[in-house]
Amino acid sequence: MSRDIVILGAGMHPWGKWGRSFIDYGVVAARAALKDAGVDWRDVQFVSGAATIRNGYPGQVSGATFAQALGWQGAQVNTSYAACASGSQALAAARSKILSGECELALVIGSDTTPKGFLAPAKGERPDDPDWVRFRLGITNPSYFALYARRRMALYGDTVDDFARVKIKNSKHGFENPNARYRKCFTAAEVAASPMVANPLRLMDICATSDGAAALIVCSVDYARRLGRTDAPKVAAISTVTPTFASGTIEMPDLATDSAVSVAAHSFRAALPVKAYEEAGIGPQDVGLAEVYDLSTALELDWIEDLQLCARGEAAALLRSGATQVGGRIPVNASGGLACFGEAVPAQALAQVCELTWQLRGQAGARQVSSDAKVGITANQGLFGHGSSVIVKR
Amino acid sequence: MSDKTQRPFLEGWFSQGEAGAELIGTRCTSCGTYYFPRQSRFCRNPACEGEQFEELPLSRHGRLWSYTNACYQPPEPFIASDPFEPFAIAAVELERERMIVLGPVVQGVDVDVLQVGMPMELVIERLCDTGNEHLLSWKWKPVA
Repeated sequence: MSRDIVILGAGMHPWGKWGRSFIDYGVVAARAALKDAGVDWRDVQFVSGAATIRNGYPGQVSGATFAQALGWQGAQVNTSYAACASGSQALAAARSKILSGECELALVIGSDTTPKGFLAPAKGERPDDPDWVRFRLGITNPSYFALYARRRMALYGDTVDDFARVKIKNSKHGFENPNARYRKCFTAAEVAASPMVANPLRLMDICATSDGAAALIVCSVDYARRLGRTDAPKVAAISTVTPTFASGTIEMPDLATDSAVSVAAHSFRAALPVKAYEEAGIGPQDVGLAEVYDLSTALELDWIEDLQLCARGEAAALLRSGATQVGGRIPVNASGGLACFGEAVPAQALAQVCELTWQLRGQAGARQVSSDAKVGITANQGLFGHGSSVIVKR
Repeated sequence: MSDKTQRPFLEGWFSQGEAGAELIGTRCTSCGTYYFPRQSRFCRNPACEGEQFEELPLSRHGRLWSYTNACYQPPEPFIASDPFEPFAIAAVELERERMIVLGPVVQGVDVDVLQVGMPMELVIERLCDTGNEHLLSWKWKPVA
C-alpha cells in the first residue's frame, strides 16, 4: 500500500521584516495554498500548525489560531513544536491522519514574527539550562556555524572563497524568487567586504531571522484521484528522527558533545536523510534538487555531503563545478535558501517543501530546475535534537 | 589593586585543582560514559540503565577541534566589558573522554594563532565583572 500523500497546493507570505502579526502572514499563506489547490477552506478536515514560541499563547496553539482566523469550520486541529523542524513535524502529523484514514484533506501551516539580531535565550538566571550558560559565555548560534566552517577548512581545504561562492549562487537564485526577502545578486567582493561576525564567517555568510509564512494543502491519493490530480507531487518520506547516542558533533545549545567511550560517535545530520531515503525507497542518485538549511554558507556544503549528493569533503568541488546552481546537475537551494529568505523558524521547513512542489510542477519561473528532476529532498536541523528531511516526488 | 571579590560564574562546574584548572564531570559507573556538565541521575547511553556516577575532573588537556571568535557583543545574559572586546572560542577534543568541550579562549589570544589539532590546556580566568565581583570561567589556552 502506498505511504504517499499528495501535495495539492502550496502558498507563502513573502519573507521580510513586516512588523505585523504572524497570524496575518499565516492567513495569506493559507489562502494562497487553498487557491493553488483549488479547494474550499470549509472542506479542510484537519489543521496542522507549526508553533511559534515568540508570539505568546496564540503562537503555541497556532493550529487553532489559524483555524479561527480562517473561520472556525469544525476541522480537527493540532499544533507541533520541534524547533526548526516544526513544519515537518506538522506535515508528519497531517500525513499520519491521512494515512490512518482519519481525514482526507489537511492544511499544514507555519508562520513567524521574529525579533531583530541574534536569537537570544529567555530572560532570568538559569544555570541549569545549557542555553543560558552558553550565552553567558558569549557563545551564540553563529559561533557554532563558524566552528563547523573552520573544521571544513582544516579537514577538506575549503576556503572562505568557497563559502562566498555559496552566497553568490544562492543570491542569484533568490533574485528570481518573489517570496525571498533579499533579492540582490551579490559579488565575491561584497561578501568579502561584509563585517566578520564569527571567524571565518562574515555577515553575508550567516542567515538573518525573518517574518514569513508557508502553507501546504495535502490529501490522500484517493482524494487527489477524485479531483483528477493524479499528476500532483507527492510526499514520499518524512524523517524526523532524533540523534543517536553518542552524538559526536557539538550542537547548539550544548557546551559538550556526548562522550563516545562506550558507544561509537554518530552524526545527527547524516542520519536524517538516511531515514528519508529508506522510507521513500529512493536513493541519493535519484535526487534532482535539494533544499537545505543554510544557516551559514559553509553549512550548505555539510548538508550536501550529509544528503550523500557527493562524497564527504567534496561539496566545495561540486559547488565550484557549477553542479549545485540552477542549470547544473543537482541544484541546491534553487529557492535562494536561508541566505535569501532569513529564517522564519516554524515556516522554514514548509517553505522548503513549497519550493520542491513548484519546481517539480515546472512552475518556478526563472529559477526553474531541469525537467529531468523527478525527486527533491529537504534537510534541516534545529536545537535540542530536532531535525527533518522530506522527500517529494512526481 | 581591585577590592572586588572573585567567584566562579557557575558553582560546581570547574575548580582549581593541584595540577591546574579542571572541569568537573561525572562518569557512569556501569558503562564508563563521561558527562559534562555533570549528570548524576540517569545515564544517557540507551544501552545502559546506570544510575550511579562518580564525580571526577576531566582531562585538563586536549586538541583543538575547531575555533572561532565573537566579533560582536553577544546578547544577554553575556556581561560585556565596556568597550566590548572580541574574544576567541575553542572546541577542544578530550582524548580520554572522547568528547568535545566548548569554552572561551584566554584573553589576548586571537584566532590568527590558533590551528586545528594544536594542543590546548584548561585555565581559569576572569569572564566578566559585575558591580562588585569578578566572575571567573574555565577557558582554553594554547599549550606554550
